[in-house]
Amino acid sequence: MEVQSVKTNKTEKTNLVNQPENEQQAEQVKSMASADEKATQQAIGMSKMSGKDVSVYYGEKQALFGVDLEILENSVTSLIGPSGCGKSTFLRCLNRMNDVIDICRVTGSITLEGEDIYNPDLDVVELRARVGMVFQKPNPFPKSIFDNIAYGPRIHGLTTDRAELDELVESSLRKAGLWEEVKDRLTESGTGLSGGQQQRLCIARAIATRPDVILMDEPCSALDPIATATIEELIDELRSNYTIVIVTHSMQQAARVSQRTAFFHLGKIIEEGETSQIFTNPRNEKTQDYITGRYG
Amino acid sequence: MSRNILDENEPATNAKVHTGKQAKVRLQKRYARETRFRLMGLGAVLVAVLFLAVLLGTIIKDAIPVLRQHYITVTVPLNAEEIDPEGKRTAQSVSNANYGGLVKEFLREKFPAVTSRREKKALYGLISSSSNLTLQQKVMANPNLVGQPLQADVLLSDYADLYFKDSISSSSKIAAQGIASPVGTEGEVKILSTSNDFTNLIEEVKQGLSGQLRTVERSIEGQNRVLKRLQEQKASLEKSLPSASEAEKIELQRRLDLIAPSKASAEKRIEDSTATAADLKQRISNTNGSLAVGRDVPSYIVAINGGMVKVKQVSNTQIIGEAILPLSSEQDAQKGQWEITQISPPEGSRQISDAEIIWLDKLNSEGLVKNKFNTQFFTAGASREAEVAGIWGAVVGTFYTMLITLALSFPIGVGAAIYLEEFAPKNKITDLIEVNINNLAAVPSIVFGLLGLAMFLNIFGMPRSAPVVGGMVLALMTLPTIIIASRAAIKAIPPSIKEAALGIGASHMQAVFHHKLPLAMPGILTGSIIGMAQALGETAPLLMIGMVAFIVDIPGATGFAEGFTDPATVLPVQIYMWADFPEKLFQQKTAAAIVVLLMFLVAMNAIAIILRKKFERRW
Repeated sequence: MEVQSVKTNKTEKTNLVNQPENEQQAEQVKSMASADEKATQQAIGMSKMSGKDVSVYYGEKQALFGVDLEILENSVTSLIGPSGCGKSTFLRCLNRMNDVIDICRVTGSITLEGEDIYNPDLDVVELRARVGMVFQKPNPFPKSIFDNIAYGPRIHGLTTDRAELDELVESSLRKAGLWEEVKDRLTESGTGLSGGQQQRLCIARAIATRPDVILMDEPCSALDPIATATIEELIDELRSNYTIVIVTHSMQQAARVSQRTAFFHLGKIIEEGETSQIFTNPRNEKTQDYITGRYG
Repeated sequence: MSRNILDENEPATNAKVHTGKQAKVRLQKRYARETRFRLMGLGAVLVAVLFLAVLLGTIIKDAIPVLRQHYITVTVPLNAEEIDPEGKRTAQSVSNANYGGLVKEFLREKFPAVTSRREKKALYGLISSSSNLTLQQKVMANPNLVGQPLQADVLLSDYADLYFKDSISSSSKIAAQGIASPVGTEGEVKILSTSNDFTNLIEEVKQGLSGQLRTVERSIEGQNRVLKRLQEQKASLEKSLPSASEAEKIELQRRLDLIAPSKASAEKRIEDSTATAADLKQRISNTNGSLAVGRDVPSYIVAINGGMVKVKQVSNTQIIGEAILPLSSEQDAQKGQWEITQISPPEGSRQISDAEIIWLDKLNSEGLVKNKFNTQFFTAGASREAEVAGIWGAVVGTFYTMLITLALSFPIGVGAAIYLEEFAPKNKITDLIEVNINNLAAVPSIVFGLLGLAMFLNIFGMPRSAPVVGGMVLALMTLPTIIIASRAAIKAIPPSIKEAALGIGASHMQAVFHHKLPLAMPGILTGSIIGMAQALGETAPLLMIGMVAFIVDIPGATGFAEGFTDPATVLPVQIYMWADFPEKLFQQKTAAAIVVLLMFLVAMNAIAIILRKKFERRW
């Protein structure tokens, strides 16, 4: 009984703190949304990936219940929701990273440019080359910075000679905004970089294989605000060339970087749509509660 | 721990729980426990270090004498007619000469007084029987040496070598005061002294005899106790005999029958010992006349007029002895010109006789004996002659065997670990395989030897005693260790690395081989080296496949590839075999071989550490 009361107390506290922030944030979202509107309408066109009636089971336990979601080309789609709601599970379905888990079973269909990615004829290696991924914790290989980037192109045979590879590494690092910082120490270990740099290295590594879609699983959760801001800027820049799906716990981040947002709750999508609409005028009460910080 | 810490003596506020009197007591108890644990740990480490030091100390102390060995420089005439009657001067034509005879001739010339067959045999025994080979090889290498005298260093025999290393006898000088006059120069020699030198000698001999008497008396006492116990047993058995049942009676009678022979032998021993004791007593108490100096007391050698006389009988005024080296004259020797040397222990209880000691000392005084670094030990194969035996054969055999073991167990073990850890489906069958692998690691090694004998030798018909079979058997034994260690190492790599690789489109195999395996390599190497070290020290399975055979030739002498199938032995088996030989030099060589084995192990570990450092990366 006591424990419960403490918890309620805490929630109230956070609410109090969040209240003014939320109002501010709503303002921000409005202005950002209007600024983005133009770009969104220009670039966002066709559906890149789409999930239809996707259910995921971990053994006996069902984690996703018939999720439908369209991911539009050249846009950032953010997946938000409380912990354990299935957003990461859904993200990992998009490049079949769930295959690694033995007991995991996926039903329904997910298509990439109209092609079912769970089709047994489809090569999972090719799929993952087309749908890159950046993880929650920066996980550079314990190799040199150069080798970190060059690994993907090498295994896929994207370059024919060394000069081409050098160029690809440089352009990937430039796109990830890391070139200026690491150009003099490409031979040093990737694990020697700071957390934010490591994460950008991982993004550069994902870019280097020239994917169409980049999946990001809470890419900023282990980073400080400044590194987070850098990554968010980067995501915004990358949007013109890539389709990005990002899982985040930060509502502000979702509002700042994404054009479309899907709100997950207990393995279902409660609401999805334009980010500006979700954050300013949510249709569902649960979404309202979540984005205003009433729970989660 | 169910006791409520807030008992009635403490105020029921939280403030005092960690600051009150009870809290202090608790804290002190906690620190006391920590201190006790630390001290116990420290004590354990110190004891371990002490034992290790003692172990290494004794092994190295025994092994060090092996590093040097004594050679004797012999000069033999190489008469052309004898050595190379055909006159061809080729390696083939000079190989059949009687080189052993030349060495014997050299010794005979040195000691012309040695005439009897028995003495000659003892004299020839001073030089290793390998000396003829040494000469033969020398002449075969350069046949043009024939026709001129040849000087060569040949090995002394094992006990001669040990004599110079001071490990089988000790000698001490007894100062002589008077003027000695010898009578006779060869055979039996009588020496008279003007002073009471020989009286002292008698005293010394008597002391030696008394020491012996005490030993004999103690043994008589012991035998008497045995006899008494037997008699008591007999009495009690006889007492219970009448009241026993039929079946018991048979058993009792059987036991009674057993007692009789033991009793008889004990009585016989007592009788013998009593006789010996009586004899000793008689010799000690004999005041007038002479006292015999036998093989049961330390020997006394008188050096006089360039000769050596071994004392046989001593009386107050004279000694009678045997001239082992003949005297040059019967002149009187002044004080300081002659001396008496005591050699202990008694001749009867040491490996080298007085005559041999005198001959060796003579050769040494002529500067013919050399103490050189023992290359023989590090270059020769096994031999029945202790001074010739070396470890090179075993080292090469070990090398071949380990090569096979490593080549088989490392790739198969690591491959199995990768497959089981990364690719195999998790089901009942893989569970069963896993349990079996874990159990195999605990199977006694001799069982693997039996498997090798049954499979490799009997069914596959592979050669006996060959390193290839030994390596295969040891590989079987090492596999579980490598698999278990490798699986643990692979499991310890964070999954984020594999995910990262999969996330950019690497196949499962690429993710494992490009990223997981290099990171797991240090752990895999550690496990492999533990397995190899285990295999290196293994004897039992190799006994089963015949690698315990006595093999003189060094494997691989005819070619590297043949080495795998040549009969061979390995270091631990060599140690095991040498440890069985009674010769003291073999005991020392056993210790030296153990040191070599340990060095092998250290070298292997060093390689593993270097490789591990090379592969070690942070993530």
